Amino acid sequence: MLIFLARMWEALTRRVDSFLFGVAMALAGVGLVTLFSASDQSMTRLASQAASLGLALVLMWIVANIPPQTISRAAVPLYALAVVMLIGVALFGTTVNGSRRWLNLGIARFQPSELMKIALPLLLAWYFQKFEGRIGWKDFALAAVLIAVPVWLIKRQPDLGTALLIGASGFYVLYLAGLSWKVIVGLAALGAGAAPLVWPHLHDYQRERILTFIDPSRDPLGAGYHSTQASIALGSGGVVGKGWLNGTQAHLDFLPERHTDFIFAVFGEEFGLIGAAVLLVLYLLLIGRGMMITANASTMFARLMAGAVTLMFFTSAFVNMAMVSGVLPVVGVPLPLVSYGGTALISLYIGLGILMSVQAHRKLVST
Amino acid sequence: MARRLLFSRKGRGRESPGGFGSNELRNPEREVFLFRRRLGVAGVLVLVAFGALFVRFVYLQVYQHRHFQTLAETNRIAIVPIVPNRGVITDRNGVVLAQSYSAYTLEIQPARVKDLDATIDALAEIVDVQPRDRKRFRKLLEESKNFESLPLRTRLSDEEVARFAVNRYRFPGVEIKARLFRQYPYGEIASHVLGYIGRINDADLGRIEQWDSVANYKGSDYIGKLGLESSYERDLHGKTGFEEVEVDAGGRAVRTLSRTPPVSGDNLRLSLDIKLQEVAEKAFGTRRGALVAIEPATGDVLAFVSRPGFDPNLFVDGIDSASWQELNESPDKPLINRALRGTYAPGSTIKPFLALSALTSGKRTPQQTIFDPGFFQIPGQAHRFRDDKPGGHGTVDMYKSIVVSCDTYYYMLANDTEIDDTARFLGRLGFGAPTGIDIEGEVAGVLPSRAWKRQRFRGEQQKWYLGDSISAGIGQGYNAFTPIQLAHAIAMLANDGDGRVPHLVKSVQSLKTGDVREVGRAPSTQLDAKPEHLAVVKAALAGVPKEGTSAAAFVNAAYASAGKTGTAQVYSLKGEKYSEHKVDERLRDHAWYIAYAPVDKPRIAVAVLVENGGFGAQAAAPIARQVLDYHLTGQTRSGPAAPAPAKESEDESD
Repeated sequence: MLIFLARMWEALTRRVDSFLFGVAMALAGVGLVTLFSASDQSMTRLASQAASLGLALVLMWIVANIPPQTISRAAVPLYALAVVMLIGVALFGTTVNGSRRWLNLGIARFQPSELMKIALPLLLAWYFQKFEGRIGWKDFALAAVLIAVPVWLIKRQPDLGTALLIGASGFYVLYLAGLSWKVIVGLAALGAGAAPLVWPHLHDYQRERILTFIDPSRDPLGAGYHSTQASIALGSGGVVGKGWLNGTQAHLDFLPERHTDFIFAVFGEEFGLIGAAVLLVLYLLLIGRGMMITANASTMFARLMAGAVTLMFFTSAFVNMAMVSGVLPVVGVPLPLVSYGGTALISLYIGLGILMSVQAHRKLVST
Repeated sequence: MARRLLFSRKGRGRESPGGFGSNELRNPEREVFLFRRRLGVAGVLVLVAFGALFVRFVYLQVYQHRHFQTLAETNRIAIVPIVPNRGVITDRNGVVLAQSYSAYTLEIQPARVKDLDATIDALAEIVDVQPRDRKRFRKLLEESKNFESLPLRTRLSDEEVARFAVNRYRFPGVEIKARLFRQYPYGEIASHVLGYIGRINDADLGRIEQWDSVANYKGSDYIGKLGLESSYERDLHGKTGFEEVEVDAGGRAVRTLSRTPPVSGDNLRLSLDIKLQEVAEKAFGTRRGALVAIEPATGDVLAFVSRPGFDPNLFVDGIDSASWQELNESPDKPLINRALRGTYAPGSTIKPFLALSALTSGKRTPQQTIFDPGFFQIPGQAHRFRDDKPGGHGTVDMYKSIVVSCDTYYYMLANDTEIDDTARFLGRLGFGAPTGIDIEGEVAGVLPSRAWKRQRFRGEQQKWYLGDSISAGIGQGYNAFTPIQLAHAIAMLANDGDGRVPHLVKSVQSLKTGDVREVGRAPSTQLDAKPEHLAVVKAALAGVPKEGTSAAAFVNAAYASAGKTGTAQVYSLKGEKYSEHKVDERLRDHAWYIAYAPVDKPRIAVAVLVENGGFGAQAAAPIARQVLDYHLTGQTRSGPAAPAPAKESEDESD
């Protein structure tokens, strides 16, 4: 009986990377603890997030048990599905806050841009693996088109933040696949030069956000208010913080979006610089482990996919914390693995599952 | 596909832009090395970025800590929204139809009250709390999610305010607040035009999010739900101001630091004449129906009636369930805007438009006559399409066909005309499409054509039969139009084919800048009919109240008018002669009358529909007469319009 249980346990955990899992659980713990405080000790919020976490863990486990080569077979259909759904959103999506981002599936609203976060790097990684060794500039050009289509579709929803994130995920694959430095530097220069040209094409709310970022007092009831109050929350937390459940900014209703995009402000207020440093370290451990897995991956596909997933964790975490601390303008990017919200949690844990799958199956495929 | 593309290029020497894989021969070790180097660069970037974040945290949390701590602790600045005054709605002459006023409400924050029932019982000893107030409060409590403050009583008297102020210490979490209320002085009159405002619910929050105006609705409890209150919500609402106040540890405001005053909502001046509206509504009495009066040259809607109406004041504080049930379940359906959303067969009111269509297409000339034996048969078929006058009207030309409303003339015309040609012409008059009036929820109605029937039905039923054309030819069958469409069409005819989009709001006036934005006068569809053809039809329409079907209703009118009666079948009696008294009231025919006056320079065009009113000449024409009388002469006969005498009923019938 004991042997049976031990075998069961072995089978269950064989492909789960305990290091990654441990760091993810620590981040989930930070998330739940902060969420409890941010939602004024609401058990319902906590329960709902825990339920999403449970589902996300199951999906992570399933993905971890699928070999990367099998995962790569889903690349084309998944990308096609995501593009079709994005077109569906453009045609008959649900509009919230002036942008069409959701598809109403009857039971739940689904945000196809979340699917694209996995589907785009998956497709590119598959493509570069398929034509490994004979990659030329034409392949990079085609890849650029494959990136541009979903980015354009999401940008016109409009959801500039997510569009840029997805563009970044595609770019990471190209970068890791060996895109010339000259092209990268050239693009960066072009981007900097094009900024004044882009300005007239931005939506009013996007311009407003950028202007508000420069001068938060422009819009004290809206985005500028968020930014000001988040800075006050972080700053007043000091080195050691005000203590769990004691954040005045959060509890006297000054902080908006405090369980989702601005959860880091609550955390920073209550746990101070020490807490923030611990959180940074946790993310560094997660990203570092991801990079190790990436470096040791056995196939081109596995390398590119694992690398893109890892760098996406970094990008989301950085953009969110930079936004809350007033380094970047307010864009709607949640703090990965910590913010409240089921859909994002699921796509993040699927990303972890892919990393685990790459790690677990590295010896099974010959190079 | 991509594979083939690549294979075809395989033989040629390919150059990659400097990355790895530029060799034909693969070198896995070098690839992995280059890959790891790139990964290393990314790793350095990660460290730099996180390092920068850490520096920022140190700056905020150590270096600037004092500053932010002061802001957070001693100062605790709260930003309190100041709700703007909602715009006033007046009629074209400046008579107030909807306004806001300030009143005291007694509000409870449920989160701060331990025993709600005990608190309410104790409050009831100080101020008057009716069972209906309790019910409404319970309902609000169920609907509210946040820890907002909910009104228990509205419109407190000064005495009640004073009595509560003395006892305030006993009631933590209970407050008196000054709130703005909406009032509709005319009650039921024009209720379907004005609509009403009500408390913001989830669906409204969705709309607010769509407009990207969440910040502007902070502190606002009410939003336009129906009618112009809803259609012009964004003009009426105004811009929310805010106050930066210092609050103490308990969250109470200590002093105001800065204040950005709100900007009141824009005022609406309607094209409606409320006196004319009143005359029109009273003329209906207890009958159900709709009336739309339009100034042909401008598209100004002078009166817009849907009967029965409702009292919008009931909705302002949240309607109690008994009143709601009564409104919602009444068989008269008072909440339906019949002028905008009711679709009815036009009956014989369609005839002048069909006559114009026949003239334009050349199918008929004004002088051409037919012989009416009292019925029409499709050649080779036994079925008789009956005329209303047994024995028929004899020899009939176009003038007579309109004046006596001869069915057989139009049966024959329909037999000679392709339905799609008719539909195209009627479409130019605005039938079968929303007119574009500035109130939400307008329906398109049905303008039957072959394409429409194919889309509407399945299988065998998709086929268009000649019989369909024949019934459509006298405005029965599949035709279904809204009263606003009929009013728009007759106004267009009166204005010699130059259509104007009907509009209820004449101008939007900004209180702050004094700017006045004119609404309307936009051209709508153009008819492009020849003036001589228009003249023929207009002459015939002028004959109707003079010597035709509505002569009885227009005896001794002080002006010359033009009009057309109509009767829309609700219930088809196969072959039997329709007798008003034998049929259940709700199955009786709908009565129509369309008119304009004066004949030479039309100042008003009107469409009247009386549901189950029977013959148009009897039920609808007298209402139109009262409206025209008032508008053109200022003369009023108060009270419901008496049905016109039905002499020689078979001849006057339609």
